[in-house]
Amino acid sequence: MNMQQISVFLENKPGRLSSALSLLSQSHINIRALSIAETPDYGVLRMIVDKPDEALFAFQKAGFAVSFNDVLALSIPDRPGGLSEAVSLLVKHGIDVDYIYAFVGNEKEEAYVVFRTEKNEQATLVLKKAGYKSIE
Amino acid sequence: MKTYMFNPGRESASRATLEAIQTENFKNTLKRIWDNIPLYRARMNEVGLTPDDIHSIQDLHKLPFTYKQDLRETYPFGMFAVPHSQIVRLHASSGTTGKQIVVGYTKKDIESWSECVARSLTAAGTYPGDKVHISYGYGLFTGGLGLHYGTEMIGATAIPVSTGNTVRQIQLLQDFEPSVLCGTPSYALHLIDCLREQNIPLSSLQLRVGIFGAEPWTDAMRAEIEKGLGLKAFDIYGLTEITGPGVSFNCAYQNGLHVNEDYFVPEIIDPETGMPLPPGEYGELVFTCVAKEAFPLIRYRTRDIACLDYAPCACGRTLVRMSKPHGRSDDMLIIRGINVFPSQIESVLLGMGETSPHYLLIVDRINNLDTLEVQIEVTHENFRTGSVKHLENLAKAIKTKLESVLSISAKITLVEPNTLPRTDGKAKHVIDKRQLL
Repeated sequence: MNMQQISVFLENKPGRLSSALSLLSQSHINIRALSIAETPDYGVLRMIVDKPDEALFAFQKAGFAVSFNDVLALSIPDRPGGLSEAVSLLVKHGIDVDYIYAFVGNEKEEAYVVFRTEKNEQATLVLKKAGYKSIE
Repeated sequence: MKTYMFNPGRESASRATLEAIQTENFKNTLKRIWDNIPLYRARMNEVGLTPDDIHSIQDLHKLPFTYKQDLRETYPFGMFAVPHSQIVRLHASSGTTGKQIVVGYTKKDIESWSECVARSLTAAGTYPGDKVHISYGYGLFTGGLGLHYGTEMIGATAIPVSTGNTVRQIQLLQDFEPSVLCGTPSYALHLIDCLREQNIPLSSLQLRVGIFGAEPWTDAMRAEIEKGLGLKAFDIYGLTEITGPGVSFNCAYQNGLHVNEDYFVPEIIDPETGMPLPPGEYGELVFTCVAKEAFPLIRYRTRDIACLDYAPCACGRTLVRMSKPHGRSDDMLIIRGINVFPSQIESVLLGMGETSPHYLLIVDRINNLDTLEVQIEVTHENFRTGSVKHLENLAKAIKTKLESVLSISAKITLVEPNTLPRTDGKAKHVIDKRQLL
């Protein structure tokens, strides 16, 4: 259920996001999920990619501030209340969610969600026990 | 902590006694200056002063400043206040920042200087019976001979190794087993590297005390030197123009450097206006040699930035303490009327532990109000969590710390790595947009 998310520091300047994305494109790396946390001066681009090690290397080589972080990636039923149930489960166990982003997967009737919590291991146990599946 | 003083009568004298000594010596010195140095006589005439107008050391601020340029223009001997027959030694500064300057000493000047160094050595814990390995250069540079004469004055053994040939220096450190090492901090770091390369264990050295100076060094360097050489490192400060090493020194408490103020009276001034600043405020350090015979400078502008603390020290000394100089007055910025030195900001950033040493200060004037923006590069270290919260907390912590040190608020901007300008490997730290208006 744990997955390596790649985080890239980007200044809020024209062309920065574009150059980060074209770097991945040049390296033939596919983005499976993406989100941006933004502040007035900078943003943090968060991604799940198909070849994380190659992506990390490419960003490092190009001089970006980049890091790997453990996140949880799981599939949830693509219906009203699907996400709400998963989050409530975590809250019930005292696990705070730092951030979350979702994307629709290839499988019909399933959505994919990326979670970052302060207690990833505990969250994995709780979610697995409740029958949630991880995505590969 | 038991601390020894070389001259307790002077080093722990009351403020009133110190000022009486300063006043008496300074009046005599000023008369000799007036009689022998045309430049000073002309400068005093310009502001309508004669030596009789100076009644006590409190009147010091009335006198004009002396600048390095004055020493260059009177080169070689125009600032000597005694006939050449009384000069027993000359030293010269290397002149790395311009034309070299030359200074002279009478027999008494050498004795006073040696005592200042002897006080510094004693404060660091050097006693008779100690062997002192002196790796400062011997020659026109004041470092080697300065430490040498001080060592002999306290009755310790001087080992005049001078600079260079590190392999031989390491051999001497092992064979002679000195307990005290004197030199530049950068040479101490070089020694550590060589010891490691040669796999020489610390146990083969007997070093206990290190006395380092003649160049700027940081607390991080101090920690590295102490660990790498197995000694306690002390700071010694001085400049050729004033006497050489021994103008001020660390005691065991290392809470600033005690100024040998019965010889050298320090002042802190605003480098822009020349006005004296109260104790505790940072500004340019100015020295007056109140008791020197051959080369007595009045209110010499060191360009070093420091502050003064007159509170008696836990070591028992009453000698005023100056902060370790950081930065040069030439770098000063005035933001909303407050003097700001890039080095102050740098030391805050370095003190935070996980910030990059690369920063850029952008000063601007927006709606008639000066603004300060500090750009700091994000590092792999502080971006390791990829968390915005972590970065925001870091920026907030830097902002709070800067505000408490500078008394002005700054905008902290985190930027991508390797994006701030670097020139010749040395970062270009300031952009003052106000000058463009």
